[in-house]
Amino acid sequence: MHQTLRQNAQLIIAALMLLIGLAAPFIGLYPIFMMKALCFALLASAFNLLFGYGGLLSFGHASFFGTAAYVTGYTMKYWGISPEIGILLGTLAAAALGVVFGWLSIRRQGIYFAMVTLALAQMLYFFYLQADGFTGGEDGIQAIPRGHLFGLINLDQPLAMYYTVLAICGGGFALIYRVVHSPFGQVLKAIRENEPRAISLGYRVERIKLLVFVLSAALAGLAGATKTLVFQLATLNDVNWSVSGDVILMTLVGGVGTLFGPIVGAFVLVIITTYLAGFGSWVTMIEGTIFIICVMSFRRGLCGWLADRFQTASPVLSESEPLVATDAAKAGFRRTLSTPSIPLKDASLHE
Amino acid sequence: MTEFFGVSVQALSGQLMIGAINGAFYAMLSLGLAIIFGLLNIINFAHGAQYMMGAFCAWLLLNFLGMNYWIALVLTPLIVGASGMLIERYLLRHIQQLDHVYGLLLTFGAALLIEGAFRQLFGAAGLPYATPALLQGGHHLGFMYLPTYRAWVFIFSLVVCGATWLMIEKTKLGSYLRAATENPTLVQAFGVRVPRMMMLTYGFGVALAALGGVLAAPIYQVSPMMGTSTIIVVFAVVVIGGMGSIGGAIFSGFALGLAEGLTKVFYPQASSTVIFVIMALVLLVKPAGLFGRTA
Repeated sequence: MHQTLRQNAQLIIAALMLLIGLAAPFIGLYPIFMMKALCFALLASAFNLLFGYGGLLSFGHASFFGTAAYVTGYTMKYWGISPEIGILLGTLAAAALGVVFGWLSIRRQGIYFAMVTLALAQMLYFFYLQADGFTGGEDGIQAIPRGHLFGLINLDQPLAMYYTVLAICGGGFALIYRVVHSPFGQVLKAIRENEPRAISLGYRVERIKLLVFVLSAALAGLAGATKTLVFQLATLNDVNWSVSGDVILMTLVGGVGTLFGPIVGAFVLVIITTYLAGFGSWVTMIEGTIFIICVMSFRRGLCGWLADRFQTASPVLSESEPLVATDAAKAGFRRTLSTPSIPLKDASLHE
Repeated sequence: MTEFFGVSVQALSGQLMIGAINGAFYAMLSLGLAIIFGLLNIINFAHGAQYMMGAFCAWLLLNFLGMNYWIALVLTPLIVGASGMLIERYLLRHIQQLDHVYGLLLTFGAALLIEGAFRQLFGAAGLPYATPALLQGGHHLGFMYLPTYRAWVFIFSLVVCGATWLMIEKTKLGSYLRAATENPTLVQAFGVRVPRMMMLTYGFGVALAALGGVLAAPIYQVSPMMGTSTIIVVFAVVVIGGMGSIGGAIFSGFALGLAEGLTKVFYPQASSTVIFVIMALVLLVKPAGLFGRTA
């Protein structure tokens, strides 16, 4: 009963968002801004699938985003293939990379996992920096043609391009929604909450983690490939670790482990970076400050906070699993290395 | 001219020396990270920024207060360490009971804030810091030229790492520290002020990073970006060494610096990625790291 009501509420919000998305070009929203925000929203949602639902903090999602951007850009520019094949190839490349990185990184848990993903992503960055035959080095791949979708729709027309991006990102969100609400999604949450218990229940945790890692990588790649099509550009900026940091910030601001949080967070961050771009390093400082504020006192993010507001009115509307310990736990002594000395209600991300 | 696998001994020893110097910095930084992680269970993402703060602090002391290198070598770790203690006292302490990833995210935010501030104040270009007069020049060793300052950095960091290791493994203070790492509640019950110890430990780890920054200032240019590039390599070093052990951090720091130097001689293209490749290989064979305990 709870489950269905919550899902209904989510579907209503999703429908509203879709309506805004469809109407955006006609209500004065700048298409390039919308497309940029949509791509980052998909990237953040892909990251959130891994971190929010799987409990795996990846610091290397820029590598999937950037790899797909390069593959799509390269194949479309030099092989002259059509956009749908280009995006498919980019996504596949990101998924393949996800298999390798995921296989290596899920050997460690928690913060080690974060460090391993970051280090692997940095390795790839240096590789792309030197492989200038493929990536164009410091210059990147520029002037990538948008081409005709399925040989029919001319993507150089702004409206066609916008709706294509909306369709791709909408499809991505729908897939994430399906995954989260499937039995697979439930197992994922079980692993996040208590991995040893999930193992003892007979789940092949390693395999499930790898699967969600690859899925998240592929979706991040889809976002990167789409971004290349929008900006007709693939550069080292796409693989830089600062993209991974931005994505984490988007998810934190919007709400970790909430369905719409990453989307909201991506729009907030893209607004900040677009309109404050002239302030130079102040943007970095603002981002850092938001990071600290979110971690210190706003861990549920905008969507989590809204859900809490709703919860007081009608308890069924909230997302049920917060990723953070409760106030009761805060009052207790600090958590020790091996054993939590106090019972933490959903103490999250156990190693 | 003697040759070694087709490479002149001069080039080889020169790169090995650079590798040893880099290794000295890796060792000091990963040692600080290991100490902080041991007691606070936090991966200090701001470590690179604090290393950069150390270099800038020395530069500021010289250019605005006229304090020379030797004074900076003493004052900088104290100043930057104190700023670290403030971060622990007012930020990190309040998220101790949460999952460790929040500590990582908080210090990541702090790193962005610190680096953004320094870039805003000093620009992205590097600033020069002169080698102290006493350590200028160098020695011809017959097969290579050894600048005095680099020799000093290598020996000084070896001494610092060794002293830290001795302090943690052999003194009473160190045994409190190790005990609190195992079970803070119990140690607290014996009358040790664990929260204060955590604050001092974080300060000490940060001071180590800042000391590294002062040592680095005459070698690399003082720039707001110097921490970012270093810290990610140090993370890989830490994963290779295994977080559990202080000795592992020191050993793997020096060893990987040397490995990087060797790569520069034999296959320069791979020199910036070799540490990450080694990390991937180590993960395949020993996921807990070379010296790590399995979690």
